[in-house]
Amino acid sequence: MELTKEEENALDGKQGETLALAYRTLVAIGEASNADRLIPIEWAHLSGVNYNTIGDAGKEFLSHLSQDATFKVKTTVNPMGFDFDSVSHYKLDDKFIENQRSIKNSYEKMGAIPSYSCIPYEIFDVPKPGTHVSFAESNAAIYANSFSGLKTNKEGAFSALASALTGKSPCSDLRDDDVRKPNLTIRMKIESRDELTYGMLGYFAGKVAGSSVALSGVNDLDRRSCKSLCAGMGTSGACGMFTFGEEEGEKIDFDKNEMQKIHDELNTSESGDLITLGSPQLGLEEIGDLASMLKGRSFQKRCMIFCPREIKGQIRDLGYANEIERAGGEFLFDCCTCLSPLVDNKEVDSVVTNSVKGAYYLKTSNKVDVNLKSLKRIVQEETK
Amino acid sequence: MNVKVIVRGKAKGSLLVAKNPINFLGGIDKKTGIVHDKKHDLFGKSIGGKILAFPFGVGSSVGAYTLYSLKYNNCAPLAMICLKADLTTASGCAISNIPLVVTSKDDYDLLQENKEVTLDAVEGTIL
Repeated sequence: MELTKEEENALDGKQGETLALAYRTLVAIGEASNADRLIPIEWAHLSGVNYNTIGDAGKEFLSHLSQDATFKVKTTVNPMGFDFDSVSHYKLDDKFIENQRSIKNSYEKMGAIPSYSCIPYEIFDVPKPGTHVSFAESNAAIYANSFSGLKTNKEGAFSALASALTGKSPCSDLRDDDVRKPNLTIRMKIESRDELTYGMLGYFAGKVAGSSVALSGVNDLDRRSCKSLCAGMGTSGACGMFTFGEEEGEKIDFDKNEMQKIHDELNTSESGDLITLGSPQLGLEEIGDLASMLKGRSFQKRCMIFCPREIKGQIRDLGYANEIERAGGEFLFDCCTCLSPLVDNKEVDSVVTNSVKGAYYLKTSNKVDVNLKSLKRIVQEETK
Repeated sequence: MNVKVIVRGKAKGSLLVAKNPINFLGGIDKKTGIVHDKKHDLFGKSIGGKILAFPFGVGSSVGAYTLYSLKYNNCAPLAMICLKADLTTASGCAISNIPLVVTSKDDYDLLQENKEVTLDAVEGTIL
């Protein structure tokens, strides 16, 4: 990699150990991914916030780092393990809570905006098209590349953290316009569609695609389906963006047969003890939709709804929160279905969700069965 | 031999050569540096204070933090040599300031257990 004089100096420790660490990380990842140089980025979104995912070693690292580090660009952070406002209602051990508090404090001390959200693209102003950002949350990276006109790789926790500290990122993969052009097209052959169908299309795409993939026969995406598509794709593979319309090169079909295979893989129960909505977290628009779907109806079992804190005031002011709480819905802010310790397999055997990403992590991490169905079916079958 | 530099630095020590990939999160005790994955060919050995050669890292990216803990607990390798620089190993060495290089398969096969070597991860050589 070619570095500027200033970058070389920082790498050599002439501007302190924190920047040396950050540049070592960028250079190591750049060398490993064949980047030729570093380029400026305007916004970093960090993963590695939930104590469940980074553990004691991650907590300690962040605690040491935060003693002497400040983020250089706008930095937002992924969800953590729970909502501090309601954690006392759950049987979560005190040690987990204290460890999570330490991680939260470390990030905020370094200057992170306390977003605790996996949908930064929906709750913050998006910079102008073509801007390079560094997003570590997979659904957010894919959304940013595919819908927001931004450029990012599907960053890892360390590359995004190093980007936050330096305002730079290795110039490789999806930062290059040639790589962004897909050489595989997936033809959507399913007639009847909802967010679950799109989640499964994404999951299929992630398994077969390289860096970028084209989708044809898709022209009816609402916000819920867009998010589901991105999250599904981020769960199953390394692919970091899609485009719409047929491209030159290889073409494959996503048909009933392929969809059934994915459904069979992820759906392991015909019912559930608990409903979770929000992976990715639900934004204002989806909360508004849910409130109108629930008019006059009530959940017949517990339903956890995961949202960013950023919209808490708005959903109250607009009356959505009251309507959903009247129906028995329970709001949780700052956390998400994925990798939350709040879904405990000692208490529930199976969970109902419409999220492909949620289903994957509930099965593999929380070790519970999943009843995967669309939001429309959840409202039809689980409320009265 | 000439190698590709991933994380800069210099080290001198004896080689510990693994046949199997390493899962840093699940396979190494972060307090002692001892390989506790029973299926691994280095099972029972400590990677601390050695120049560790292994094909590549596998498993969760959180394994990068394990490398940092090893360094913090003074039981990290002096340097590492890989066949392929996976992002977990690259990130882990970077945040822990452990020199890391990549070799060709032919050169990797020449690395001998316990041999004293000088690794220069600035110029990109192992002597």
